[in-house]
Amino acid sequence: MKRRDSLKALTLSSLGITALNPQVALAEQRELDTQMPPETPLKIPNGRTKDEAIRDAKLLKEKFLTPSEMATIKVLVDIIIPADEKSGSATQAGVPDFIEFIVKDMPQYQTPLRGGLKWLDLESNKRFKKIFTLCTKAQQIQIVDDIAYPEKAKPMHSQGVAFFNMMRNLTASGFYTTRIGIDDLGYVGNTPNVWEGVPADVLKQYGVSYDS
Amino acid sequence: MFQIKEQPVVFDVCIIGSGAGGGMAAYQLAKAGAKVALLEAGGYFDPADPKYITQLKWPWESPRRGASNHRPFGDFDAAWGGWDIEGEPYTHKNGTEFDWFRSRMLGGRTNHWGRISLRFGPKDFKRKSIDGLGDDWPISYDDVKPYYDQVDKLIGVFGTVENMDNEPDGIFLPPPKPRLHELLLKQAGKKANVPVIPSRLSILTKPINDQRGVCFYCSQCSRSCQAYADFSSSSVLCIPAVKTGNVTLINNAMAREVLTDPVSGLATGVSYVNREKLTEHTIKAKVVVLAASAGESARLLLNSKSERHPGGLANSSGVVGKYLHDSTGASRGAFLPHLMDRKRYNEDGVGGMHVYTPWWLDNKKLDFPRGYHIEYGGGMGMPSYGFGSGIENMNGKYPTAAGLMKPAGGYGASLKEDYRRFYGAYVGMAGRGEAVPDINNYCEIDPNVVDKYGIPVLRFHYKWSDYEIKQAKHMHDTFEEIIHALGGVASGTKPGADTNYGIAAPGRIIHEVGTVRMGDDPKTSALNKFSQAHDAKNVFVVDGGSFVSQADKNPTWTILALSMRASEYIVNQVKQKNI
Repeated sequence: MKRRDSLKALTLSSLGITALNPQVALAEQRELDTQMPPETPLKIPNGRTKDEAIRDAKLLKEKFLTPSEMATIKVLVDIIIPADEKSGSATQAGVPDFIEFIVKDMPQYQTPLRGGLKWLDLESNKRFKKIFTLCTKAQQIQIVDDIAYPEKAKPMHSQGVAFFNMMRNLTASGFYTTRIGIDDLGYVGNTPNVWEGVPADVLKQYGVSYDS
Repeated sequence: MFQIKEQPVVFDVCIIGSGAGGGMAAYQLAKAGAKVALLEAGGYFDPADPKYITQLKWPWESPRRGASNHRPFGDFDAAWGGWDIEGEPYTHKNGTEFDWFRSRMLGGRTNHWGRISLRFGPKDFKRKSIDGLGDDWPISYDDVKPYYDQVDKLIGVFGTVENMDNEPDGIFLPPPKPRLHELLLKQAGKKANVPVIPSRLSILTKPINDQRGVCFYCSQCSRSCQAYADFSSSSVLCIPAVKTGNVTLINNAMAREVLTDPVSGLATGVSYVNREKLTEHTIKAKVVVLAASAGESARLLLNSKSERHPGGLANSSGVVGKYLHDSTGASRGAFLPHLMDRKRYNEDGVGGMHVYTPWWLDNKKLDFPRGYHIEYGGGMGMPSYGFGSGIENMNGKYPTAAGLMKPAGGYGASLKEDYRRFYGAYVGMAGRGEAVPDINNYCEIDPNVVDKYGIPVLRFHYKWSDYEIKQAKHMHDTFEEIIHALGGVASGTKPGADTNYGIAAPGRIIHEVGTVRMGDDPKTSALNKFSQAHDAKNVFVVDGGSFVSQADKNPTWTILALSMRASEYIVNQVKQKNI
């Protein structure tokens, strides 16, 4: 496809075809629902200062990512962290909403994220004449496989690799800081206890002791 | 209408600042029966009040998962303020660097500090006599030892008696057992000839009174302890001081200047602005104790200009603001492949390291004059923002438990497996060293800039010398020896000469001291050996400002001891009607 044609196709897809995507439709409905949130007086959460509470409330009210961007993010984060026999998936852990917040809170993510998502749609359009979310799972994985392995990736995909690294890191941040992620990891602290030292079997495993 | 509200009463003492120095002075003076006005520029804080508690919160209770883009040490850290406070700027001279951390809250920076509670040793008070650099203190270890002992008993510190040179032992509570990586560090230290001994932290591993609980091992002292089991000036000194009934605590009181009598030159009180309402106030007091931090106390004195004190209060010597110095800092991380796929258990422990390395070498045999200690981190900590970041640089390098090599990066169930296997397999080490005080490192009043209250701000001028840069190089060489002995893989690349061996920018270690130094000679020092201004006998400085030199220790325990000593002196001087 010539560049002009692909741009035309993109315009068409972003105006027409994406609206057919049920995920996008759902996301758009959600956006409508949140467009006019009821005015509630500021509640300062415990442990926050007033200035912090004001800033967080403001950020939570704003929206940066479009419904179609959110739809792509949902697909991507579940490719990165799917449910497995041990724990749930990134979307089950609420990672997309975390990403929506963090890009508002850390504006340095905005251009790389928005541009990276665009890169992904351009790439899938080039290959499959469809935006990423409308591709089949196999088609999505074909693109992901080209950008998920930095040392094996072709130089022509370097921007995609940088984008995927960022998505992988954001997904990990969002996932492992939830109950689901922390249980998956096996962190069992953050609770009152008495520290009595390393368990005996672990001391033995590593050949250390408290006597020497 | 511009109105200044004046407190009708005359307080015995007005203390400016509620951190380690101010909290100790308030506590001691109130116990002795003095009527004290305690001014704190920030808000009220009690680590046991649910309104303020962040301890035991989970990462998802912060929308940014505890990231440090607003509070510099993360959303849950007990510091209200940071390197930059809106409306309260500071500036720099000649393109030099100095980062200034301020906590605007009751207890100041003690609410989040590392609780590393080291006494200065005998040599630390007499460095000039040893290496000819800087100056000796006008006091010795023996002068301070009785106060260190009292601080140990009043506040509590754990540690072990080691009988090491220049690392005085204290009156210690039992230390917590080392964690796994700390046992490995002890082993590695033996191989590398670097001592690794139990740390000395002001955390209660045993009860010391019925006002405070004991540590419940959540590792979150940086959030300030709701059981009052760590030393925070808010919970351990300020709140008990207020309970005596002798302390009038005034929050949001940003001191503007120390007021003086035009005839006697003595302090008569303090003027301050309310940070929230922007109202103007004055407090009358017979004695004024500055404890606003080395930077703020110097700023206050320099801003307290009068006919009698044209260069600022307590500054006929011109040294106020000069000899500013912070601890040096350099750090490195490492990955321990043999800790992959660890067994899970709760190893939170106390807030901070259970072992550390005190300075162990002889500077006469080295190319830099002063020492450093090493702090360690690591273990299976609670994840927060940034967890797992950069896994693509790790997971292609190390085989799975089954011996399988995978390509770097990736996604899916296999990637989840990687986050699990790398968890808890890292250590970090940070050197904290002594800088040589230098008259050319200073803060002064910026002639052109005021903060939003109209108070002239500080302008910093600071450069590390070869002494500190060579020390940082030595730190990095030591880190690599330890990492090698650990069987670890050092993270990143070793910083070289082009980055001054990775030495942290001045101010970053948050140990700034020296700006209102003590000495016997009023021409070269601002305070006498009791932290009393040479130029005005009812003015005292009890924060890090009085330090002649910083030692390779952390300053807090010495601030506490010297503040206790100054407070006792104030009581005696008042009794003898000298002030």
